[in-house]
Amino acid sequence: MTEVLIAVCTLLVLLSVSFYLSWRASRLDRLHSRLETAQAALDAALARRGAVVGELAASGVLGPAASVLLSDAAARARRAEDRAEREVAESNLSRVLRAVLAECDAVPDHGDLLAETYAAARHVHIARRFYNDTVTAIHTARSSRLVGALHLAGHARLPTYFEMDDEPPEPLDQRWPDSTASGE
Amino acid sequence: MRVGLVCPYTWDVPGGVQQHVSDLAEALMELGHEVSVLTPCDSATDLPGHIVPAGRAVPVPYNGSVARLAFGLRAANRVRRWIRDGGFDVLHVHEPAAPSLSLLACWVADGPIVATFHTCNPRSRAMAASAGMLQTALEKVNGSIAVSEAARKTMVEHLGGDAVLIPNGVWVRRYAHADPLPGWPGPGGALGFLGRMDEPRKGLGVLVDAFNELGRRRPGLRLLIAGPGDAAQVRARIDADLRDRVTILGRVSDADKVRLYHSVDLFCAPNLGGESFGIILTEAMAAGATVLASDIPAFRQVLRDGTAGTLFPVGDAHALAQQAEKLLDDPGRRAELSRAARRAVRAYDWPAVAADVVRVYEAVVPAGVGGLVGARTER
Repeated sequence: MTEVLIAVCTLLVLLSVSFYLSWRASRLDRLHSRLETAQAALDAALARRGAVVGELAASGVLGPAASVLLSDAAARARRAEDRAEREVAESNLSRVLRAVLAECDAVPDHGDLLAETYAAARHVHIARRFYNDTVTAIHTARSSRLVGALHLAGHARLPTYFEMDDEPPEPLDQRWPDSTASGE
Repeated sequence: MRVGLVCPYTWDVPGGVQQHVSDLAEALMELGHEVSVLTPCDSATDLPGHIVPAGRAVPVPYNGSVARLAFGLRAANRVRRWIRDGGFDVLHVHEPAAPSLSLLACWVADGPIVATFHTCNPRSRAMAASAGMLQTALEKVNGSIAVSEAARKTMVEHLGGDAVLIPNGVWVRRYAHADPLPGWPGPGGALGFLGRMDEPRKGLGVLVDAFNELGRRRPGLRLLIAGPGDAAQVRARIDADLRDRVTILGRVSDADKVRLYHSVDLFCAPNLGGESFGIILTEAMAAGATVLASDIPAFRQVLRDGTAGTLFPVGDAHALAQQAEKLLDDPGRRAELSRAARRAVRAYDWPAVAADVVRVYEAVVPAGVGGLVGARTER
């Protein structure tokens, strides 16, 4: 009789332990897929910003010198190969963009392109923050001993933060009151 | 996009979060998005079509006061049904740390989730105590928004992670034009105040002290005060010979609030602190008022370091009086500040703020990765 009871109890304990572990593993799995989405969004945001900056440079609205600075920075960001190089190149693009847009105080009639540039820079800022937020969540989840000891994270690499200067330029509609006045 | 917004607090009671959700929904629809708002609500009558009531909210003690929340399995089922029927591209929950619909939605939903944090409370016991339990639900949030730097700090300290800053909005066009109240501002100049009169942190006392000083030197100067609270108590603080130059309106309608901003030469916000954002300031700025505000971080930010309105040291009635005097004597400077305020407030205009929120949606729903928000089945 007692043997049966012990067996049943052991079975119950094993069952609940395995449920708990699979729940923890599925949480980790969800976090990793959240990271993939965040990474895709960050890549897309950076690519989009590069394209818009390229267009802004090609349009020549900001003058020839600024156009050279912009297209150089955008090209370097595009050609960067490894992660570290990319972080530096994208940060430089942010700085060039801020410097160039701060310098131009006339009211150009390319308000749409400038608004698009601002939006693309803001997209980068948002996407990077969400990516890094996800990295933090994964670090927290994987710092637990249980997760480490039982390899619940499988072979997924521990993600690292994407470090860059992503401060967008000054919102355009506040600096050029009349170019985007209607807020369409 | 099809957006599902979740408001944790009951719709029947006015409040900052409810107002925010309602305005955001309206602004998103104006931008061409489809919106459905799920919220606790006692009376399901007279609701606009996009507001979906999730049943009665129950008053329960929470975080040091009594909050009206919806929780429990019945509420969870309603959330589940709403998500299934909604076919949302993104779910946007507000104040997910409150034990109400938003938290339930995080539990139940599968798919892109955005969360907005409104609370700013450096010592939120409730948030600190439940951080561990919240973790599981909040892990599913793809991106977080904080409405102020203070709210972001609270969230980071208690829950870890990070959030993008998107401020509270204001409907600039609703404040832009209005007739001044009859007889205002008058030839002698007028100062204005709006806010709870009996809440010391709103700083009405500082303004009254400044008026006691300034009113003596400027015989025509008047003071216009609006907001809930005990008018007799305020009157008692005003020097007897100045009392007839102070008008206390008490609680005012939304329309009169707008008119008040247009009725004064100087709008004063003498707050002593505890303000995380400064909705009142953005409203006044939208009306083109010349603003004179205390130098607290939230106000300094909204007033762009004092270029869109003048700042004075917190709690310093004498400094307030001096600055006010300088501005009253300089209509040119006032007009300049008014223009700068109208320009600076564009960053807080709802259409602009909602467009930024849409950028957040786009960041959590990257193109091509589509798929609607689903709901987990009951276990």
